Amino acid sequence: MIKLQKIHRNFQVGDQIVHALDDINLEIAQGEYVSVMGPSGSGKSTLLNLIGMLDHPSSGEYYLNDKNVTELGEVEEAQIRNKNIGFVFQAFHLVPRLSAAENIELPLMLAGIEPSIRDAKVSLALESLNLTERARHKPEQLSGGQRQRVAIARATITEPAVLLADEPTGNLDQKSGHDVMDILEALNQRGITLIMVTHDQSLGDRSARSIKMIDGRIESDNLNKIDHATVS
Amino acid sequence: MLINDFIKLTSSSLWAQKLRSFLTMIGIAVGIAAVVLLTSIGEGVHKYILAEFTQFGTTIVGINPGKTTTMGLSVGVFGSVRPLSIEDAEALKRLPFAESVVGLVQGNAEIEGNKRTRRTTVYGSGHDLPNAFNMPVRLGRFLPKDDPVAPRAFAVLGSKVKQELFGNTNPLGQRIRIGGDRYRVIGVMESKGQVLGFDLDDTVYIPLARGLELFNREGLIEIDVLYREGVPVDKVVAGIKRVLTARHGREDFTITTQEQMLDVLGSILNVLTIAVGAIGGISLLVGAIGIITIMTINVNERTAEIGLIRALGGRHSQILFLFLGEAIVLSAIGGLFGLILGIGIGQLLGLFIPALPIHTPWIFVIMAEVMAILIGLAAGVVPALYAAKLDPIEALRAE
Ligand SMILES: Nc1ncnc2c1ncn2[C@@H]1O[C@H](COP(=O)(O)OP(=O)(O)O)[C@@H](O)[C@H]1O
Ligand SMILES: [Mg+2]
Repeated sequence: MIKLQKIHRNFQVGDQIVHALDDINLEIAQGEYVSVMGPSGSGKSTLLNLIGMLDHPSSGEYYLNDKNVTELGEVEEAQIRNKNIGFVFQAFHLVPRLSAAENIELPLMLAGIEPSIRDAKVSLALESLNLTERARHKPEQLSGGQRQRVAIARATITEPAVLLADEPTGNLDQKSGHDVMDILEALNQRGITLIMVTHDQSLGDRSARSIKMIDGRIESDNLNKIDHATVS
Repeated sequence: MLINDFIKLTSSSLWAQKLRSFLTMIGIAVGIAAVVLLTSIGEGVHKYILAEFTQFGTTIVGINPGKTTTMGLSVGVFGSVRPLSIEDAEALKRLPFAESVVGLVQGNAEIEGNKRTRRTTVYGSGHDLPNAFNMPVRLGRFLPKDDPVAPRAFAVLGSKVKQELFGNTNPLGQRIRIGGDRYRVIGVMESKGQVLGFDLDDTVYIPLARGLELFNREGLIEIDVLYREGVPVDKVVAGIKRVLTARHGREDFTITTQEQMLDVLGSILNVLTIAVGAIGGISLLVGAIGIITIMTINVNERTAEIGLIRALGGRHSQILFLFLGEAIVLSAIGGLFGLILGIGIGQLLGLFIPALPIHTPWIFVIMAEVMAILIGLAAGVVPALYAAKLDPIEALRAE
């Protein structure tokens, strides 16, 4: 479903060129659970942004569902992000002046979906993430765990095929972090492709497949023997 | 994006910064109020002056001796201008569309009557003058329809001259002297007040032929033709030209229509209104800078949000329109405040200074609001474009 071929991503910093991604070849199938680990600056976020089409490779090809999406127009890319890709960030990135429900609604608003259809989806999402009571609350009135749950609801409201999570528990205490992991894994078990960056080994070990990155290269790519991830 | 969602998103962000938004709107409001107020005064003065002019009627054409060419040279320079004569005026009276034809000479002379003297403006004219110029007689009657070449020595007084010479006594039938000649007072005009500094009441009217004699003039300074309403002005001009050219052998006179006079006057007064509006526009500029400033701050504060919207599938154009929308809402609401403020102050001024003519045409109100919206658009464009062009990854990194 996701296929990266000979992907390079260079940044010019001063008169130096940083190879954030250095010849990445990677295939990820529909429904996989992949964790990406590696030291800081090894290119994990850059990889995720590239898969999420927020960024473009300096060279190489990106195929999404067998379609070459390396050089699409801005409008088409936005549409793919809206429909097929969900982002969950370490910093949550909720819009502070909008309520939890409105934040969740945002991707549907951007896509121009009618309120009648939106309302049903949003209340379902709120319910499944135990946020119904918090629907009218502003982000500042929510705990970190609740905020990340709102962010997950928002990322999945358009029912994307891929969920990209960049250190989703990085700003959470252990308990909330585990809750969030449980939610993400439950989503994966219902078929979503989950790609998660983390530097927490114990979290990395929970995934079916672990990718380790160093200096912009994939150092290792292992399948873990974990019971709950192999349940179909 | 649906229009309702667009409105919701823009208004929610303006509402989240109530004070800031309000102050920005005030900036635009003051500018729009100034523009509306100043142009209203300009337009009021415009209307006032035009009304002063048209009080003499609009279906009037003036004829003056001498032909002004586009070079500003008069053919009189070559010594062949025939003066406009009483006979010319009589000939024009036979034109079918001519309702009244009034010849005029004018000068200053000393008036003696009731043992008092006064120096004043004397008009030599004919019986049609009250009709042609909407100048009613208050007492007695105007000059009668006499032999145009040898009229009787009657005089009609302007209200001020009457007051100065006769006070509250009845002047009708009284003898006065004008430049040494004896006249009998047969009427007093209704007071007309001042028109552009001319005191129309400080005047005396005597028959045209006597006026020519009094001022020792060869010809009339002007003939005015009042034509029937509904007759096209071109036809009137052509008719007059035909008659006078036949009499003079050449076109040695100038015809000025009321329309031309009003056109010239109107364009001068329009420049005045525009100039005054431009002064108000300066304060609008200040308001526009306020919008640019606030929108730039808004974009900078919400950089992460812009990145987020891009990640959620928002397009460049959506970001652009969201921020442009905010700028336009600021200026449009500010503009509405300004309209209310400007019209309100105008009304108050009108109450306290009734002499100040104030007039706010609807088109000014609409134009001012459109201008406010355009200013919002112009002021919002740069910050909004900046927002739309932000790199989403960089934007998301901002906190
Ligand atoms: N916009 C950028 N400009 C310059 N260098 C960048 C930029 N983004 C990332 N990098 C560099 O690319 C490398 C990989 O960054 P990143 O993907 O964020 O690493 P990680 O997420 O693994 O910590 C780092 O050396 C980083 O400094
Ligand atoms: Mg990172």
